[in-house]
Amino acid sequence: MAVASKISVNPIPSRPSVWRRLMKTKQRRDTVEGYLFILPVVLGLLIFTIGPMLASLYISFTKYPILRSPEWIGVRNYVNMVTKEPNFWQACRVTITYALTAVPLGILGAFLLALLLNQRIRGMNFFRTTFYVPTIVPAVASAVLWGWLLNPDYGLFNAVLKSVGLPTSRFLGEPDSALPSLVLMSLWGVGGGMVIYLAGLQGIPESFYEAAKIDGANSRQLFRFITLPLMTPTIFFNLVMGLIASFQYFTEAFILTQGGPLFATYFYSLMVYERAFRFTQMGMAAAMAWFLLVVVLVLTLLVFRSSALWVFYETEVK
Amino acid sequence: MVESRETLLGLGDIRFDRPRRTLYIILIYAILIAGALVFLLPLFWLITTALKENSEVYVFPPTFIPHTFRWQNFPDGWFYEGMNFPRWLWNTVFITGTVTFGAIVAASLCAYGFARIKFPGRDIWFMMVLASIMLPGAVTLIPLYIMYNKIGWLDTFYPLTVPAFFGGGAFNIFLLRQFFMTIPIELEEAAVLDGANRFRIWWQIMMPLCKPALATVAVFTFQGVWNDFYGPLIFLTNPNKYTLALGVSFFRELYNTQIPLMMAMSFLMVIPTLVAFFFAQRLMIRGVVMSGLKG
Repeated sequence: MAVASKISVNPIPSRPSVWRRLMKTKQRRDTVEGYLFILPVVLGLLIFTIGPMLASLYISFTKYPILRSPEWIGVRNYVNMVTKEPNFWQACRVTITYALTAVPLGILGAFLLALLLNQRIRGMNFFRTTFYVPTIVPAVASAVLWGWLLNPDYGLFNAVLKSVGLPTSRFLGEPDSALPSLVLMSLWGVGGGMVIYLAGLQGIPESFYEAAKIDGANSRQLFRFITLPLMTPTIFFNLVMGLIASFQYFTEAFILTQGGPLFATYFYSLMVYERAFRFTQMGMAAAMAWFLLVVVLVLTLLVFRSSALWVFYETEVK
Repeated sequence: MVESRETLLGLGDIRFDRPRRTLYIILIYAILIAGALVFLLPLFWLITTALKENSEVYVFPPTFIPHTFRWQNFPDGWFYEGMNFPRWLWNTVFITGTVTFGAIVAASLCAYGFARIKFPGRDIWFMMVLASIMLPGAVTLIPLYIMYNKIGWLDTFYPLTVPAFFGGGAFNIFLLRQFFMTIPIELEEAAVLDGANRFRIWWQIMMPLCKPALATVAVFTFQGVWNDFYGPLIFLTNPNKYTLALGVSFFRELYNTQIPLMMAMSFLMVIPTLVAFFFAQRLMIRGVVMSGLKG
């Protein structure tokens, strides 16, 4: 301001000169412009992610029936959650069981499918499309459809089982078969992972195989020592994302089973939803959400740690 | 018919002698055709059930082709009493359109900043964007719900649309950044010499060059929002405000014996995503691949 007032002959107000001073060096200008460009996501992270995260951490230490203001109760929500909440451990068990079956089966299925579809024979694009299409069906439509396919009395599955003389199943209607039915449903969507593996397979340089063949490798060795190691980063990525997604599995269970029968499909996110929006116990729900976050973090770290043992990176010197 | 070199299960090129190769190819086709039939059967069942008379869905053995094609199921479901599918379609189109627009603008701005400008703190912010992909939605949902409640946004479309303008989704930023980084920097330098500022470079050079990437983002965002169930379920309560996803599930809850109508409405909900897929098939697969490989 002082500078601007000294040169009073200059009719231009002080703002451009401040601007110019700020823009003095290229580095400073880059900083200002850089932050202007990423401003949306910076604000977004602050308003819609970091702020709410801290708020929910605070809420998790309170009793907060939404209509009244939050009341600090310390760690009581967390203690009650693991000791008194009747279905908490059931929800954990269901979610972990689902994650440990649907994710590995999905990875295996997608990988095998990609191997199968990675051959240069005619019509392959048609098959690739066919296996991918189920992944774009909206979860609601897919749930409605599978609810009918798996209908114990009139569904297609039981009709087929009956006509070939196999025992039928109550599928979603019975505790023992409800969760496996949801896993089965999830496998309809292996096309999503398949596309990623396919690209990975096609990215492996042919010269690797040729060099190994000159050294006398047979096809099993080619797979074991070239294909598989080079695919581990892709498998790793899919494993992490798959686990995170399966811990938040919600829509299909909400529409088809509502957690039943007998809490056999009572997923963790169903429990959080019920606490928050059916019983409006915001404090307890926030505590559950934070517990989930910590579990996801620990699990991701563990998977990352283990990756040194089995994920192959090309830069690695062995 | 078949190229001379086959790739056997990702094992590189293996040359077979003729009879063994023919046998091998027949086997592959058999597996593929069987698999394709299994994967398409649920969709086929959706369509065929949508066209049946209500009584025909209960017969045993089930009929694969309806006795009479009851096209009337579509208008019957669409205008079902107490339901409001036309309204829900409009709501869904509105939300989807707004979010897709917001995501393209916001994500491309941010992606340009991350890809092309060097400034302190950039990498930390980018790491935070990536980390937010892993954050379970439940953690932020409860305070957001309380906040929306306080400012009167519950039961409006704002909670579903406004956040898109603030970054446009971590995944989209990541995807566009990858694309921006493949554009030769010389193009930009030439524009700078001609006196263009960064904003103009973004708008007049990067955006036109990245049309395929933007289309990819648009299709992904469209499908994600069109299919979203959780968001509308939590933020919308008035049935007039429902989206198609909520509407279809609402219909199933109230009239779970109207199987053909339910299937007809589900099928209608699938059509736009199928159309988008077939228009943008190549783009989408490339997008999945880029986001999946460089994670």
